Amino acid sequence: MTAPVLDVRELKKIYGTGEATVHALRGVNLVVERGDYVAIMGSSGSGKSTLMNILGALDVPTSGQYLLDGVDVSRLADRQLALARNRLIGFIFQAFNLIPRTTAVANVELPLAYAGVKPRERRRRAMAALEVVGLADRAKHEPNQLSGGQQQRVAVARALVTEPALLLADEPTGNLDTRSTDDVLTVFDQLSAAGRTIVLITHEPEVGDRAKRLIRLVDGSIVTDQRQAPVLATGRHQA
Amino acid sequence: MSFYEVVRFALRGLSANKLRSALTMLGILIGVAAVILLVAVGNGSAKAISDRIEALGTNTITVLSSGRGGSTSTALTPEIADALADPVLAPDVASVSPVVSSSATLTYEGTDHDVSSFVGTTPGWFAASNTPVGTGAAFTADDEAQGRRVVVLGQTVAEELFPGVDPLDKQVTVGGALFTVVGVLQQKSSTGFQDSNDTAVAPMSAVRQVLTGYGSLNSILVEATDPGKVDAVQSEVSTILDQRLEVSATGAASTSTPYRIQNASQLLATQTETAGTFTTLLGAVAAISLLVGGIGITNIMLVTVTERTREIGIRKALGAPRRVILTQFLIEATLLSVLGGALGVAAALIGSSFEIVGVKPVIVPSSVGLALGVSIAIGLFFGGLPASRAARLRPIDALRYE
Repeated sequence: MTAPVLDVRELKKIYGTGEATVHALRGVNLVVERGDYVAIMGSSGSGKSTLMNILGALDVPTSGQYLLDGVDVSRLADRQLALARNRLIGFIFQAFNLIPRTTAVANVELPLAYAGVKPRERRRRAMAALEVVGLADRAKHEPNQLSGGQQQRVAVARALVTEPALLLADEPTGNLDTRSTDDVLTVFDQLSAAGRTIVLITHEPEVGDRAKRLIRLVDGSIVTDQRQAPVLATGRHQA
Repeated sequence: MSFYEVVRFALRGLSANKLRSALTMLGILIGVAAVILLVAVGNGSAKAISDRIEALGTNTITVLSSGRGGSTSTALTPEIADALADPVLAPDVASVSPVVSSSATLTYEGTDHDVSSFVGTTPGWFAASNTPVGTGAAFTADDEAQGRRVVVLGQTVAEELFPGVDPLDKQVTVGGALFTVVGVLQQKSSTGFQDSNDTAVAPMSAVRQVLTGYGSLNSILVEATDPGKVDAVQSEVSTILDQRLEVSATGAASTSTPYRIQNASQLLATQTETAGTFTTLLGAVAAISLLVGGIGITNIMLVTVTERTREIGIRKALGAPRRVILTQFLIEATLLSVLGGALGVAAALIGSSFEIVGVKPVIVPSSVGLALGVSIAIGLFFGGLPASRAARLRPIDALRYE
């Protein structure tokens, strides 16, 4: 059996000092196996965003160990961290975070460029990723010419183009309407069916219902962690 | 990730905001062009001044009488002038030309013209004073000895009296006597306010007879054999003059000498120094404009990077190493400042081919290097510093940056 994709032990994160100390995470333990589809739910201030940023190697924990695909991320230097972010993680933000005034396909190519992939191969893989999210015909559009749902699907394509071990999504549907939410979630369902490991955080129950495993976070600690039968796409709004 | 890719990222970054890029370059352009052009104008005027003084002849000295009212004992006489042409006491003297001058009215067929300096001298004067004859010929030593009434006119005089007519061999009336025009002087650049073409030159004997009388000379023009021997000539001349004019070494202060010696190379040195000060002043003004332009670059670079901190965060989250981000922003800053600087140099080169406030600018190469260097250094430093700060941020902090 290979190492779990995610192995988090006693993760703590404390902001501020003295009177203003905030315990955002109070010792989180979490193991995610390959191919799993995990939704982390919690109310605002429960520490789910902090957890996500640490899992995405965007932030560092105050204490605790974090193994990503068997590699201890907390001990990596800046250069190796950049490499880990590039190769192991695909991150999807709530606010899409596409580079402005840059075409969809160029945005998707960006992680491949940093990985050192040749331009021709890069273009081919970026188009393939856009195909997966159903936006191949919008490749030449810039972010401000795309709808919110389309922008988020471009961001998904960008996250999966490097074939990372882990897809992380921080409130991917938080800025989207119902229809766009459904488009994005359908993409996630397909990716999960294709064997991708996905961890997303959300506060919307209908998003959490689509996952195979649901974790509830309250005040920086995991309170429930249960397997569930995912509610499959109803086909209300097929993309 | 190859360097070429990073350059492409930088170009895309610049073209994403064309107006801002263009304005930044404009700021650098103006700063660089101003420095180069202003220094060139200062340098050009200094050169113009020294050219004019050199036109007077740098290998001559002029002896002037400082006596008041022409008391006989201290006046300069033709005999003193002859005494200066002494191969034993003054071996470095090439020629001596006594000069009398007066203002006079020239008349030709009812046309009058007032000449401010009607010069009477010897033929050697033309060469010594660097005043060549254009058409016709100068008068000869024989003309001078015989007191023939011939005259060589300056360009202005010739144009005034003989519009569209060849003045050679015509006769003009001066002080009631007829002078035959034998030549016209070459056009000469003017020094200061006086028109140096408004002149007429005739043999000294004739001028003394007709105009000035047999009093003292106005000045004596002494030519040295070599520009380097001017100082030697000056001391030789003073020795002879002290003897002839009986200046006692033990007498009163040296200011009471009855003569004054003007040295063109001294004049040149003084003028060059003045012009140098002028250039420095202009350069200082230009340097301030470059500094202000530099602050403009700094400001825009800071704003650009601050505004793009979020983008830096995204790039880091996608796995961009710090080095690549830093390189991208440094290349952007370099391109802006190098392109702006190069355009500034081009603008200055084009601008320097025109006359500016009557001065033909002469580019000083070191000012080009300095202006370009300073603007590029400012662009790199203030483009690189905030970029390196942003590249060091944790991605999550960069992403949250407002």
